[in-house]
Amino acid sequence: METMMSVLVGILVTVATYLILSKSLLRVILGTAIMSHAVHLLIMIMGGFSRDSSAPLLGEEAASYTDALPQALILTAIVISFGVTAFFLVLAYRTYKELKTDDLTKLRGHDDNE
Amino acid sequence: MYTLNLAILIPFIVALFIPYLYRRLPGVHTGWFVLVVPAALFVLLASYIPTVAGGETVLSELPWIPSLGINFTAYLDGLSLILALLITGVGSLVVLYSIYYLSKERESLGHFYVYLLMFMGAMLGVVFSDNLMVLYLFWELTSISSFLLIAYWYHRRQSRYGAQKSMLITVTGGIGMLAGFIMLSRMTGTFSIREIVANIGQYTDHTLFVPAMLLILLGAFTKSAQFPFHIWLPDAMEAPTPVSAYLHSATMVKAGIYLVARFTPVFGGDAVWFWVVSIVGIVTLFWGSFTAIRQTDLKALLAYSTISQLGLIMSLLGIGSAALYFDVADENSVYFSLAVFAALFHLVNHSTFKGALFMVVGIVDHETGTRDIRKLGGLMTIMPITFTLAVIGSFSMAGLPPFNGFLSKEMFFTSLLRVTELSFFSIETWGLLFPIIAWIASVLTFVYCLILVFKTFFGKYQPEKLEKEAHEAPMGMLISPVILASLVVAFFFFPNILGEYILEPAYGAVMPTFVEANVFEHSIYAWHGFNTELMMTLGVVGFGIVLYRLLPSWKWIYAIFPAKLSLDSLYNHSLLTLERKSTSITNRYMTGNMYHYMVYILITIIAVVTAVFAYTGAFAIDTSNDAPISIYEGFIAVVMAVTALSIPFAKSRLTGILLNGVLGYLLALFFVFFRAPDLALTQLVIETVSASLFLLCFYFLPEWEKEKRRPKVKMLNVFIALAVGTLVTTIALSVQSNRLFDSISAFYENAYELAGAQNIVNAILGDFRAFDTMLEVVVLLIAGLGVYVLIKLKSNKGGRDVEGE
Repeated sequence: METMMSVLVGILVTVATYLILSKSLLRVILGTAIMSHAVHLLIMIMGGFSRDSSAPLLGEEAASYTDALPQALILTAIVISFGVTAFFLVLAYRTYKELKTDDLTKLRGHDDNE
Repeated sequence: MYTLNLAILIPFIVALFIPYLYRRLPGVHTGWFVLVVPAALFVLLASYIPTVAGGETVLSELPWIPSLGINFTAYLDGLSLILALLITGVGSLVVLYSIYYLSKERESLGHFYVYLLMFMGAMLGVVFSDNLMVLYLFWELTSISSFLLIAYWYHRRQSRYGAQKSMLITVTGGIGMLAGFIMLSRMTGTFSIREIVANIGQYTDHTLFVPAMLLILLGAFTKSAQFPFHIWLPDAMEAPTPVSAYLHSATMVKAGIYLVARFTPVFGGDAVWFWVVSIVGIVTLFWGSFTAIRQTDLKALLAYSTISQLGLIMSLLGIGSAALYFDVADENSVYFSLAVFAALFHLVNHSTFKGALFMVVGIVDHETGTRDIRKLGGLMTIMPITFTLAVIGSFSMAGLPPFNGFLSKEMFFTSLLRVTELSFFSIETWGLLFPIIAWIASVLTFVYCLILVFKTFFGKYQPEKLEKEAHEAPMGMLISPVILASLVVAFFFFPNILGEYILEPAYGAVMPTFVEANVFEHSIYAWHGFNTELMMTLGVVGFGIVLYRLLPSWKWIYAIFPAKLSLDSLYNHSLLTLERKSTSITNRYMTGNMYHYMVYILITIIAVVTAVFAYTGAFAIDTSNDAPISIYEGFIAVVMAVTALSIPFAKSRLTGILLNGVLGYLLALFFVFFRAPDLALTQLVIETVSASLFLLCFYFLPEWEKEKRRPKVKMLNVFIALAVGTLVTTIALSVQSNRLFDSISAFYENAYELAGAQNIVNAILGDFRAFDTMLEVVVLLIAGLGVYVLIKLKSNKGGRDVEGE
């Protein structure tokens, strides 16, 4: 299980990295979004699995609970990455409005000497 | 009590008030206020002469950073006294001279005197500091104030060039010196020079001994314009003449000499020290005098002559250091240490005659409007006093009686002849070269002295080439050079007064062991009888006159060596090349292309992490503790992998976005499997909102183009992506195989007792680790504000409201 999930995370990271290396702005942002998925999944599996533990709700009165700490961390991470992604998207929209291109290779800024 | 420390600080304190005086009292030349400072300091320091001549030293210590052992320690002994008297004495004369030299109306005097006082204080700090770090501080202050003074007429390109050059060279040396000081203090465990001198015997075999020595010498050589670092001095002649007279003949260039003399008790007696100091000195002596002859500008000629005289002093210090090789009781040692005495004597002499000569050249420049010897001539009858001063200065420099230069030149020859009798440091083979080179250099010195006097004051007066009608300088301008020239003559007739009261204590400071053993006795005589030295002097005069007469016929020798290969062009070329190369290198990797930077970052991550993991052997894959995979999870995982892998191949952006949405929902499904209800909820909502945001952007963003990449680049991207992915997987597996401790989550299972909550995750977010949550809210708030601002932002082109489009 852990091995399979680790491989899955690796695949997600690979795809995300590949997208981040592309020219189009939208692809890059998509890459960052996938990268967040991968990271959240990674935190999750690092918490470990066990078949017979229940969700971290004390009302369940189970013998053992799943580790709640990684879940709290992921919850925080999800919200933050959402905020960042939203900001990126609006930034991309403004960039395109102003500069009429979404090609990162053309977004070079200005030379200091010009 | 703290008289000495105060003496160092007074120039700085006065410098603070100079601009005020300059502005409030425009009627009086600011120099008059400044003149008080060095004159008073000179009197104060002169009052120490009897104390120091009695073999005592004065020490006062102000704590500055005691925890680091850095204290503002002022230490006065014979050596610092000599230099301090030169600094304040010549300083007073230079200020007096500058009052008449610099015009009150045309020049920004406030700046000039602030820099000059700053320099004076820094220089006093250099010679009085016993603490290495404080010495370095003042050393750099002299570099900075010298930089400011050279570029005093900053509207001239040449001035700025000279200032930059001197700054670069001296500061480079200064940094080297700092490194040497630090090595020395690490080695001996103290910053105090006196303590280092006392204990150095235990450390001569230390590995840092020679590196520290060489680095300190680098500082000394750059400051004192020794070969090959002498190139800044001729360019520093762009400074006003009082500055050249003061900084670049009498004081700052002596700082390196002072340093070598001060550290002679530390490093002297070592073969490396002996060879480096003597050889660099001799080479500088020869090269300076050789180059001086070809100069057409009087100040450039004096600059090269300064370089060569400094080389002379340096070589004497090098030879004198050999005395420390012997035992104190050995008569050899006293015999060789005469060189040190000669060096100190010549240091004083050089300051007197060179200061006077610079002032003379300044007067000529001031009264005729040029310093070019091709335009000058026949000024003898027009400027008789100036002419007399020039003769005194030049012939003292050439080493003729009845001037003080003669005495030190004789001692110089004596010391060099003794080198031939040395029989250690494997010197026997080359020893004879020393006096020979020195003699040739003396002949050349004599030639340029003749050039200086004859080309300027003899020959034909050419009024049509001059900018002004030449006439004798005003009296005020002549006072300082007259005083210096009188000293030149006085030192010849009464050398022993100077010797006894000032030179001997200084000698004692350089050779402390000798004084203790009481084996030291020097008297200076003008007449030694008919000996080799006298013959050498006569030879110098004879050959010098012949060479001067034949000057046009051997000028071609200077054309042998093309200007392209000179040190100057080497310096300029390396500076240019450095700039060009660094620009081109920077432009090569700083492309401004985001993609390239991402590639650098990712490759670095791959390389570093792989290397660290491989080095520590942290890669470990152990699947024995894996939980079994259920059919659901396996299926979802496969679907997720396929989804992810198909995103890069998506033809349209819509497909890409939807596939990403699928990924998000599948992730939520995983959260369900892993028993994380809150996560699943949040993930579903957020993914929905994100997807709609993405779709919102569609309206404004263009359709995905097919990525047009060269196959090579594509391969690289695939490789990087695969490497990063593999790395993450391997790390994840390794972490799971190396569990060290149990989780702390058992504590949170007391959520009900501790926080009254049944939902553990919520208890963590709201109670146990609420700080995170608060700041996460802030993040969201800022992101929201940012989005709002971005959308509402007035575009700066025409200021239209974006919303209204």
